[in-house]
Amino acid sequence: MAAPVAAGGGTVTRRLLLGAAGGLRLRPARGFRTAGGLQVEDETCTAEPAGDVVNVVFIDRSGRRIPVQGRVGEDVLRLAQRHDIELEGACEASLACSTCHVYVSQELLDKLPVPDEREEDMLDLAPQLQENSRLGCQIILTKELEGAEFTLPKITRNFYVDGHVPKPH
Amino acid sequence: MGSSCGRVCWKWGSPLRRLPGFSRLLSTAALAPQICVVGSGPAGFYTAQHLLKHHRLARVDIYEKLPVPFGLVRFGVAPDHPEVKNVINTFTQTAHSDRCAYYGNVTIGKDVMVKELQRAYHAVVLSYGAEDNRILGIPGENLSGVYSARAFVGWYNGLPENRDLKPDLSSETAVVLGQGNVALDVARVLLSPLDILRKTDITEGSLAAIACSKVKRVWLVGRRGPLQVAFTIKELREMINLPGTRPLLDPADFTGLGDVIKDIPRPRKRLTELMIKSAREKPGEKEAALWASATKEWGLKFQRSPLEVLPATDGKQARGIRMAVTRLEGSGESARAVPTGEVEELECGLILSSIGYRSLPLDSSIPFDPKLGIIPNSLGRVQGAPGLYCSGWVKRGPTGVIITTMNDSFDTAQSVLEDLQTGVLNLSNSKEGFKSVRSILHSRGVHPVTFSDWEKIDAAEVARGKLAGKPREKIVDPQEMLQLISH
Repeated sequence: MAAPVAAGGGTVTRRLLLGAAGGLRLRPARGFRTAGGLQVEDETCTAEPAGDVVNVVFIDRSGRRIPVQGRVGEDVLRLAQRHDIELEGACEASLACSTCHVYVSQELLDKLPVPDEREEDMLDLAPQLQENSRLGCQIILTKELEGAEFTLPKITRNFYVDGHVPKPH
Repeated sequence: MGSSCGRVCWKWGSPLRRLPGFSRLLSTAALAPQICVVGSGPAGFYTAQHLLKHHRLARVDIYEKLPVPFGLVRFGVAPDHPEVKNVINTFTQTAHSDRCAYYGNVTIGKDVMVKELQRAYHAVVLSYGAEDNRILGIPGENLSGVYSARAFVGWYNGLPENRDLKPDLSSETAVVLGQGNVALDVARVLLSPLDILRKTDITEGSLAAIACSKVKRVWLVGRRGPLQVAFTIKELREMINLPGTRPLLDPADFTGLGDVIKDIPRPRKRLTELMIKSAREKPGEKEAALWASATKEWGLKFQRSPLEVLPATDGKQARGIRMAVTRLEGSGESARAVPTGEVEELECGLILSSIGYRSLPLDSSIPFDPKLGIIPNSLGRVQGAPGLYCSGWVKRGPTGVIITTMNDSFDTAQSVLEDLQTGVLNLSNSKEGFKSVRSILHSRGVHPVTFSDWEKIDAAEVARGKLAGKPREKIVDPQEMLQLISH
């Protein structure tokens, strides 16, 4: 799946030229600005994407269950960030980091397409890698994923020291 | 990440200030923790991000010695890895928080001392990374043609202190000592087709030098074996597929490894499998054609430990390297290279030592372990120094990728948050934060560069880059940066 091409916009040109040096990205970057015709959103946009609803559950880093509504076609990283769940996406879905690492429930693992070799390469660098590890930015919601659970790895000691409670939905 | 109580108090403070009892409301604003972070690379920014997100009142000021932010994301990540630099957008969001401020062009330990920061802030987090490199400690190390990979990377990435490196690229063979991702980066930049490099943010000056380079062959030399390489699979794959080049891997180096790796952890297994495949398997038709037409080559040499850089007849230039042949004692990550007595020489005119970065002590008042090259700490709390914390490479040592530093920085931020909650950091001691630092800097003639100043520099770099078909043309002279923002 090639990223859509847009004319102009220095940032877009740079990303598409990855083909030569580092391989094409699999989907358009989130949250970057371009002068071209590529559909983008800025980092603070929380508008819901179109598509049928898919109900999933995030289990955050302190073990709290947070049910959210996603949309078919949306990736799990974006879904998490839309709902203020602490999943980082340092490279913005470019398969150049493993900060969006999540664990998926076992039954779910079989429903997902096999990871791209490039995703496997980045997963190799994720701390606390498990059999059911995936990169959130590479999981695209489908109706089949209704009820899926995504668990965030415990990366530091006791979260939410300040008693912050993320908004449930 | 917006502020809540503090800002509301300020907004309604003026007319109500005269009312009795109102001073109690104002004192809530004084309970806002004042925190500063030294260093604006990933560690600094991720620590700041976590603090701002998990404390509704905390103010975080980030200090940086260069005018421009982002540390190794700007100066370390290779020019042909722009996706890794996307994290700058995350950091920019943090900098835009109204409880965060960036102050560039301020050298802690010179313009303002850590003790002065501690007087101004409730907590000081040291995230200044590793600006130096380990040295080989062998004869000939200072001959012309020998450079640290760190300086070479700084040179092509526009780090001001390395802009005049003028590396000698006139010999056909280059040797990189070390087999980590930095070693692969420098090999790749030396051998990449110019057509690829010229569209990246590599500096104009280094691109011109590389365009005249005679280097055709790069050896990455390691003291131990294939199972101990420190580079990672994505970078190795990239090297194997580098247009215009062919890999030189000796199948003999990989004999019997297939069995050894059957039950080892997945990352090491996949990495080793890729090396074995590339060394032993017959290439596919497409690959074979590419390799046949390649004009440049790169290879891995194992179990060779550098003994001496050999001088040319003029006594000033490097002409080769003498190495001890080693054998391995033990296995896996803890295997040790032991000299066998055999020695080998390799002819080369360019030697890049890529054996690790190294942190330096910032200020004599801060504890520092020169052997480990880190600030002694427990969970990011500097030992014996309440109110002082550290994150990133200066805390853990100079290894790891973005996620390692991110997790580490969040962990340090957790320690700060815990200490705020338990009262270890006493908020009833009100601190002035930047207000007092500003007067110190002013009295010393130091003008901090703000984040919006950086954005002017950023815009200028992007505009210049556009003219050249690059994402940006980095400004490498700090004076030019300061002039641009009229400092």
